[in-house]
Amino acid sequence: MNALAKPCLDIRSLSAVLPNGLRVLRSVSLAVEPGEVRALVGESGAGKTMIGKAVLGVLPSSVRIVEGDMLLEGEDLGKLQAKARRTLIGARTALIPQDPLTALNPSRRIGPQMTDRLVRILGWSGEKADARIRQLLDEVQIREPERVLKCYPHELSGGMRQRVLIAAAFAAEPRLIVADEPTTALDVTVQKQILRLIAQLQREHGTAILFVTHDLGVVAKISQKVSVLYAGKVVEEAETAALFAAPQHPYTRALMAATPRYTDPFASLKPVDEAVLAGLASEIAAADQAWRRPHG
Amino acid sequence: MDEARISRHGSRARLWLAGGWLLIALLAAIFAPLVAPQDPLAQDLMLERLPPFWLDGAEPGYWLGTDSLGRDLLSRLIFGARIAFIVAFAAALAACLVGSTLGLIAGYFGGWADRIISRIVDVWMAFPPVLFAILLVAVLGTGLSSVIIAIAVIDWTRFCRVIRAETMGQSRMDYVENARIAGYGRIGIMLREVLPNVVPSIVALLSLEMGIAVIVEAILSFVNLSISTDDPTWGGIIAEGRLSIHQAWWVLVFPLVTLILTVLSFSQFGEGLRARFDPVLR
Repeated sequence: MNALAKPCLDIRSLSAVLPNGLRVLRSVSLAVEPGEVRALVGESGAGKTMIGKAVLGVLPSSVRIVEGDMLLEGEDLGKLQAKARRTLIGARTALIPQDPLTALNPSRRIGPQMTDRLVRILGWSGEKADARIRQLLDEVQIREPERVLKCYPHELSGGMRQRVLIAAAFAAEPRLIVADEPTTALDVTVQKQILRLIAQLQREHGTAILFVTHDLGVVAKISQKVSVLYAGKVVEEAETAALFAAPQHPYTRALMAATPRYTDPFASLKPVDEAVLAGLASEIAAADQAWRRPHG
Repeated sequence: MDEARISRHGSRARLWLAGGWLLIALLAAIFAPLVAPQDPLAQDLMLERLPPFWLDGAEPGYWLGTDSLGRDLLSRLIFGARIAFIVAFAAALAACLVGSTLGLIAGYFGGWADRIISRIVDVWMAFPPVLFAILLVAVLGTGLSSVIIAIAVIDWTRFCRVIRAETMGQSRMDYVENARIAGYGRIGIMLREVLPNVVPSIVALLSLEMGIAVIVEAILSFVNLSISTDDPTWGGIIAEGRLSIHQAWWVLVFPLVTLILTVLSFSQFGEGLRARFDPVLR
């Protein structure tokens, strides 16, 4: 890593707890370089989404960060005033959400909904925002922008809505996009198109993406680096190619073995091995033992 | 597809029928002095307990008959509509304003704001509403404004509860989170993103509440606690009709039918409007 270039996102030893004291993030560290796609992979409840929410400053109020720093382009989010933090996050990041159904306001037309953010938050003129949105709709291959801009969200299909959301995410030229399982809620055929679209826009705009997913197939296609998460702990971190060539951690190997193969759809699905889970449990227990909760 | 068309058709018919009745009643109320065939207060003992027009012994010009003091029933109903509508609009609007605002705050901000507002609502709703209204009017003194205040003071909780629940549901949606990520302020999100999505419910409730206000006003005037006894009110006419039910049933039946039609129309009109307003239902 070039010592001079600041990572786009730098998470250092981030821990978060629930009110009952349970750690949902266990000293997570990861860095996303500018223009890089970093996949965050793990099973449900591993804390993938939690990391994304922490970065974007929308953690549920019950989750409290007790340790660690998050640096967005070198600016420590924890040290900023709430308002300055909001502004910084609003200007430099965006979210491609999991469920395109609820991520658009049902009572507002697509057009105003998309331009609003550019005008109100970034202070663009109405015409500039409008032109920008049209350009982005073109980039996400929406053929009738006029019609779509006048539509209410429920008048569009799931795939179309996700395209609109991708366009909206890239519109303000953020430095970092958090993509939270952006293809999970979609049809299998649409998933591929959307994935290709995100990859294409990412290349063209050079945006860094923190790509949250549970699908190793997606990881292989889109990312340069992977962090494998289990129970809120990063168990393995590697270049994507290296990870798939030689997974180091037994859990990573088990995850790969558990991925259904399309070449042999009738082979029974393999759950993660008991021994691997036991190993993980002791690893987590050891980490918790060593970890002393800061400030009581 | 067909079913959707039928239900759409049904909701349109509902909207027009309910709206039609309300419009007629409202116009009659506004132009009461021009529309009413007789002076609603004029007594004439020669004309007492005249039956409605289709029965033997009816007098032309007294379409729905007269009461035991010889006052024209139709004219009294028309003038009574004035009070009914004034109370309906003013009380429902006041209750809506207070209740929706508090409900929106409780639902959106949650935490302490929600706890405090919800406890107040719980305590408020423990009072029996009609007795509460009678008590309030007894304290405030009779009169139009006391009736309006009493209804608003009692019924804001209805708005508060529903709007709180709706707001909570909307606030959990991803579009609210998206707006927060984009950097909008909390109050801005509440007013610009969440509020438009609860407006259909507010409209439906408002119309429903107008119907309820009409009933409460009728109850209060039935027990002689509304406005001065000289002015005709629907509840007052019903109270008088009750006394002469065996001699002149129409004095009881016509105001009851008017009241029921009006209240029903308000609730149906609200539902119809909601279907119109809501972009998802439309």
